[in-house]
Amino acid sequence: MKAGLATLAAAVLLALAPGAAMAATPQTSLGEISSEVMCPVCGTLLELAESPQALRQKAFISRLIAEGRSKEQIKDALVAEYGTEVLALPQGSGFDLSAYLVPIVAFVVAAIALAFGVLRWRRAGQSEDRAQAAEPGAGPSDEDAKRLDADLARYDL
Amino acid sequence: MLAVLAVVGLLTFGLLSKGSSRVALGEPAPTSPLPRLEGGGSGSLADYRGRWVLVNFWASWCIPCREEAPALERFQQRHGGTGFTVLGIDSRDLSNDGRAFVRRFGLTYPQLRDGNGDAAHEFGTTGVPENFLVDPQGKVRLLAVGPVSAEYLDRYVAPLLPGGKS
Repeated sequence: MKAGLATLAAAVLLALAPGAAMAATPQTSLGEISSEVMCPVCGTLLELAESPQALRQKAFISRLIAEGRSKEQIKDALVAEYGTEVLALPQGSGFDLSAYLVPIVAFVVAAIALAFGVLRWRRAGQSEDRAQAAEPGAGPSDEDAKRLDADLARYDL
Repeated sequence: MLAVLAVVGLLTFGLLSKGSSRVALGEPAPTSPLPRLEGGGSGSLADYRGRWVLVNFWASWCIPCREEAPALERFQQRHGGTGFTVLGIDSRDLSNDGRAFVRRFGLTYPQLRDGNGDAAHEFGTTGVPENFLVDPQGKVRLLAVGPVSAEYLDRYVAPLLPGGKS
């Protein structure tokens, strides 16, 4: 009976061991997170900051990394401490979404405006050509016509 | 043309919203609510209307804040009560570090938390520590950039408090 219980306990411990090891396995690095969050006091990326506040922030991140937290979990923890301003990149929701949408919309609007401009320019060019072609007396002048005929006669084989 | 105006407008808005100036003497002090550093809930300078309040911006990583904390606590012990309190605002700090600071220096006066620095921005601080003495009507009567000493508190703050003695 005792041997059976010991075997069962050992099996449970073995089953839990990989999970426990996984939980403490770093999923991200200080360098990776420091390049994506701000030092709130310095107003620069955390990776560039060496102020006392930045050092505390880095220590906080290192501790969470050692606990096996993911990058998103650590960023969430930083937002809980310092607010959304701590994120170097705008979030993909709410007003911050405009940081991503505005350049795209501006690019599309500029491309459409450019396309319309080119079309108008080409149409204007074509109609000008047509107008010139349809214009009476648009051909060579009488003098030019005579000279052309004379030249052609001279080279007539 | 519209696009240019929009860009100029956005830049102007950005500059105006980012810029901050220090609250001047005689002006009302900002009263936006802030979470309490300990115990949950929120608090505001407005909760102390009718009392003199020495608003102390600090952070655990700030070395001069460590120097002034004992003087502030002693001043609170002597003058704190129905007519006066020190109100600490832990700014741009990790909450656990802030709580450890409070325990380390045995601070008994109320503490609020300004994690993102919005309150510091509203007061127009340029760093920590900074102190603003706010009168019972909510107007700033004194301000001190940098750490305050026991001598400063006795000489400039104490005479203004009820009783008017240091």
